[in-house]
Amino acid sequence: MQVPASFEYQRAQSVEEALELLGRFGEEARVLAGGHSLLPMMKLRLAGPEVLVDINDLTELDHIDETGGELRVGALTRHRTLLESPLVGRHFPIIHDAERVIADPPVRNRGTIGGSLCQADPSEDLSAVCAALHAVAVIRGADGERGVAMADFHRGPYETAVGAGEMLTEVRFPVRPGSGSAYEKLERKAGDWAVAAAGVALCLEDGRMTHVGVGLAAVGAGGLHAEAVQELLEGREPSPELFEEAGRVASASCSPVTDSRGPADYKRHLAGELTKRALRRAVARAAAPAAAVKEG
Amino acid sequence: MRITVNVNGEDHTREVEARHLLVRFLRDDLELTGTHWGCDTSNCGTCVVLMDGEPVKSCTVLAAMAEGHETRTVEGLADGDRLDPVQQGFIEEHGLQCGFCTPGMMLSGRALLDRNPDPSEDEVREAISGQLCRCTGYLNIVKAIRWAAAHESAGREEAGSQA
Repeated sequence: MQVPASFEYQRAQSVEEALELLGRFGEEARVLAGGHSLLPMMKLRLAGPEVLVDINDLTELDHIDETGGELRVGALTRHRTLLESPLVGRHFPIIHDAERVIADPPVRNRGTIGGSLCQADPSEDLSAVCAALHAVAVIRGADGERGVAMADFHRGPYETAVGAGEMLTEVRFPVRPGSGSAYEKLERKAGDWAVAAAGVALCLEDGRMTHVGVGLAAVGAGGLHAEAVQELLEGREPSPELFEEAGRVASASCSPVTDSRGPADYKRHLAGELTKRALRRAVARAAAPAAAVKEG
Repeated sequence: MRITVNVNGEDHTREVEARHLLVRFLRDDLELTGTHWGCDTSNCGTCVVLMDGEPVKSCTVLAAMAEGHETRTVEGLADGDRLDPVQQGFIEEHGLQCGFCTPGMMLSGRALLDRNPDPSEDEVREAISGQLCRCTGYLNIVKAIRWAAAHESAGREEAGSQA
């Protein structure tokens, strides 16, 4: 039987109370949302917080709003809510692509976007998705809130910009006209972590790709933000030759390791191939948003 | 810590450790052993129960987290001696062999039909995709849940025609 080590359980009734608790217990405290990453790690003694601050009652963090050219998603929004949101699917089909292949329905009923990002697992799908979408993480602490770009949010495997006494409260996605996005994931079996995955988001302006974002999952911590691929594509017209080149750059810029899900060279190949596929679909969706909605 | 958890419509108050998992609370404290306990890693799904009507894996939920929510287990499916149509469906379509995954499968089936009274085969397969069965190859489980859907639909039509 797997049981976590002992800890103290605190159930916050407001964001302010959660922050007060997190501030009081500092490094010893962790936020408990869906718990589907944290509790398994605690069972395996890979994590051993002394205090858990349960934020599941903070319904003010469970929302999806379009405002001021942004889609604002509360940190406690469940995977299932994202998957079932037509608003999310209309603006960001990449999120629906990813959510369909994240774990399984009971897990998606519990897991949250905030938990996914704060877990900061290099194999986690939403981290690559949010990187591709150039999302901004809103982090709140005792002194107020700050926005952190995804590129600065993930500091390394299992490390984020969220400090002791702080919590992620919202994720903001820029809504842009002419946008298209897609996520391509290869998994060994339904609901598994990715062998490798690639997310691409972009806009088409006068036939050229702008605001290009590329995020890779499960191919090393450095892959999350595939900046070299983004730079290659930005401002260029889409073409099969350019997509081939983007695949080559994606393969070259990642650092996968051999494990039970496959050898490193296979994952490197996948990073390139999946980047190309996601790129083709993202461009197609940007060119024909109505068709993308039907498909999504 | 002292918690009160509503299970199958009844409040249960117990003194538990914060680290106590919902699956252990149901099985050991309440002796509701219909909820099965399998991999303990949120993979196999045999521990699925409904929280506020939606399937969750109770090995990965703290008992304390269930406070303030309605938990439903397989013991809460039947209405007295009358089986839930999903349970009846598992009998009619031979939806089980060893029975280990069955309680969780039936609860996921119930939750699906409560949201979607006429699911396609693909929708049933998606709904149970977080749960493993090593006996039946899923075919009869899917049939069982669809049997319940058809049965409930016929019941509604009958009630409608009488009205």
